[in-house]
Amino acid sequence: MASALINVPKKARRGEIIEIKTLMSHIMETGYRHTAAGEVVPRDIITSFVCRYNGVEIFRADLFPAIAANPFITFFTVATESGKFDFEWTGDKRFTETASASISVE
Amino acid sequence: MRSAPTIAVAVLLIAASTLSATEIPQGERRSGYSFMTPDTRAIQDDDTANPGMLWVLDGEALWKSKAGAAGKACGDCHDDARTSMKGVAARYPAFDRTLGRPVDLEQRINLCRVQHQQATALPYESRDLLALTAFVAQQSRDAVISTDVNPQLEPFLARGRDLFMQRQGQLNLGCTNCHDDNWDRRLAGSAITQGHPTGYPLYRLEWQSLGSLQRRLRSCISGIRAQTYDYGAPELVELELYLMSRARGMPMEAPAVRP
Repeated sequence: MASALINVPKKARRGEIIEIKTLMSHIMETGYRHTAAGEVVPRDIITSFVCRYNGVEIFRADLFPAIAANPFITFFTVATESGKFDFEWTGDKRFTETASASISVE
Repeated sequence: MRSAPTIAVAVLLIAASTLSATEIPQGERRSGYSFMTPDTRAIQDDDTANPGMLWVLDGEALWKSKAGAAGKACGDCHDDARTSMKGVAARYPAFDRTLGRPVDLEQRINLCRVQHQQATALPYESRDLLALTAFVAQQSRDAVISTDVNPQLEPFLARGRDLFMQRQGQLNLGCTNCHDDNWDRRLAGSAITQGHPTGYPLYRLEWQSLGSLQRRLRSCISGIRAQTYDYGAPELVELELYLMSRARGMPMEAPAVRP
């Protein structure tokens, strides 16, 4: 099943500022809601997101219950060398997802 | 005593007011998209930002996976959806000869599952049914809405139109009172749109999920504090049919994003 949508430019000039967009499929259940019977719906959220560029961490975010379902995280970085971006989402209930995208820098 | 001419004028005024509560002129029809803020439009415009695409990708996987006792996938009969399903969603709800009534896209998918795949019907608003519907509907993106012109649909279309015009519920409102008469105004800070179903199933930020047109209609009906119809009820399909005929000629946007 599809879980992530990643948008990284395939090519960039060295030193160029590029935008990276990520969308992860997740319900982001806050833990503050109750069922009709009055029971608390347990919290189930993504708690952390990390992006590594050729193994080096370039972006990290902590996520909280107020963040909507299917979190869309976008950020900028400088294209320094050709290689790979690795993305990792981790969360409650041992949630972990990874994705990657390549870029060629000229 | 009231004179005859006064009564005649009163009758004419009543007739005129019922006439004014009807269709929006062709040139003034607008998709819900045009009522959105630039930020929300940007989500719909970018397929890597549009969460509806998560369902489309799921639907593509389901299209290719075998289901039911017949061991067939959708693609085994329909081949590549990119060609076989192109423009299909723009023609639904369509008349089903065997059932003798119109069926919407979700119902068609479930009929196919039960009859040809010999699988169980998927529940309304389940992730799988929304995913398959979104995948099929996406193949009609930019196709022009042109509902079935089968003459047998006419009584159903007329009933859908009657329901659209009918005042109901504790607030005593008909669909037309907002979506024909007051679409250029706001209700509790939100734009009242013209109610053209150009992008279903669509991702609603309020729902934090994809949802069907029937879900939208049920929310509207409970919003006017009337009794909602069950999912799959003939009344909802008739209303869908009228709404699609009302939006005839407008381009499809599925999976759209709405606030």
